[in-house]
Amino acid sequence: MSSKQFYGTGLPGVDASQLGGALVVIEGADGSGRSTQIALLKDWLERRGYAIENVGLRRSNLVSKELEKAKTGTILGARTLSLFYATDFADQLENKILPALRAGFIVLADRYIYTLMARDIVRGLERDWVKSVYGIALVPDLVFYLRVRPQLLVERNFQKNLTLDYWESGMDIGLSHDLFESFFEYQKRMQKEFLQMQEVYGFKMINGNRAIRSVARDLQMHIEEFLADYPL
Amino acid sequence: MTPAGTVRAEDLKGKLIAVEGLDGSGKSTQIYLLYRWLTLEKFKVFFTEWNSSVVVKQATKKGKKRHLLTPTTFSLIHCTDFADRYERQVLPLLRAGYIVLCDRYVYTAFSRDAVRGCDRDWVRRLYSFAVKPDITFYFSLPLQVALGRILVGRPQLKYHEAGMDLGLSDDPYESFRVFQGRIKEEYDNMISEFGFQVIDAAQPVESQQEQVREIIQQRIDLPGFRWRGRA
Repeated sequence: MSSKQFYGTGLPGVDASQLGGALVVIEGADGSGRSTQIALLKDWLERRGYAIENVGLRRSNLVSKELEKAKTGTILGARTLSLFYATDFADQLENKILPALRAGFIVLADRYIYTLMARDIVRGLERDWVKSVYGIALVPDLVFYLRVRPQLLVERNFQKNLTLDYWESGMDIGLSHDLFESFFEYQKRMQKEFLQMQEVYGFKMINGNRAIRSVARDLQMHIEEFLADYPL
Repeated sequence: MTPAGTVRAEDLKGKLIAVEGLDGSGKSTQIYLLYRWLTLEKFKVFFTEWNSSVVVKQATKKGKKRHLLTPTTFSLIHCTDFADRYERQVLPLLRAGYIVLCDRYVYTAFSRDAVRGCDRDWVRRLYSFAVKPDITFYFSLPLQVALGRILVGRPQLKYHEAGMDLGLSDDPYESFRVFQGRIKEEYDNMISEFGFQVIDAAQPVESQQEQVREIIQQRIDLPGFRWRGRA
């Protein structure tokens, strides 16, 4: 079994080394193929008899609805939004991720603290502060970053929604009045953050510009290797 | 780009005054009287309370009602509430030259979250974006007196107010006693660290208020905060 630890101070009363299971994170922008790949991984793992728990951003019992409302209505300040997301994350960590790991599940996380940290830093919040907030987070066993060219992201977003998302375009930052331009600038900055984080946190970079099946095969290979080294 | 919260304290034209103390210490009465005085004297003044951000309140209420909160989410959701009021009101008003009065400030979180088991340094770093108040009044009262003021008549205590989530006792009154005792310990330990201005809250209301006003007049150049240009 892999031995688990927190990034920082962790959570009161939780001994990370007592946790089992595996925490696998997939990071990447909207349109990078995250959700598709997670669905495929779930099928693949369940077929092999592993129990799976899915988590993602803005899915907590505690604040997901309120966060959704805050995003569409009143515009919150960068720090307030950051803390709101941190609350959402902490709730899922304590009530979904940890119980699932204790029960020996593989937790598939559709994004994790890295997206949240990158967003905050791109919005001007202090790197140290953001890092300290997420000192409560558990270090995942595997983190994949699906890297996709911004041009391809745009194509996929249009294909899916016929529009670019306000937040995924960083329109709240005021990079440009033009949604299209803002999207490119914002994604560029996010990728830069992710590249920096890769060195610190050891992401596995996955070329997401390829066909769904090729990406899936890559992910499966890495997970297979991991499970061979650290049987659950 | 400058995010909210990174303004240097010395660039703020306004003044920040906070009150802290146990439930039953009378701090809300004191800050209300302070607010009335400053308003009636026509100073630029703004008053804000702990846990009152409209956007976040709904979530906090739900979390408390359904007992969904852990020490960490309890801490984070209160910090979210604080950040919202801070980014939208406290900081802009300080920059605009207001006297901002806060009924409870970060020290409430420092003490409550620590008692709930959160890491003290983590909580302090969480709130590190908040400027230190120019004056923090701590209304100090012997524990038994504070408890007596709240518990007389055996009122219905709210779950979190009584610290029931800590599992100290099944009896809300006993839980409240232990919880408040621990909070008082945290507060008392912060007096010198943060330079609290201690007010003896066992004195009559009006003498406490007199001391509060005196201290403010000594430490803040009040005439500079009067409305100008309008009668």
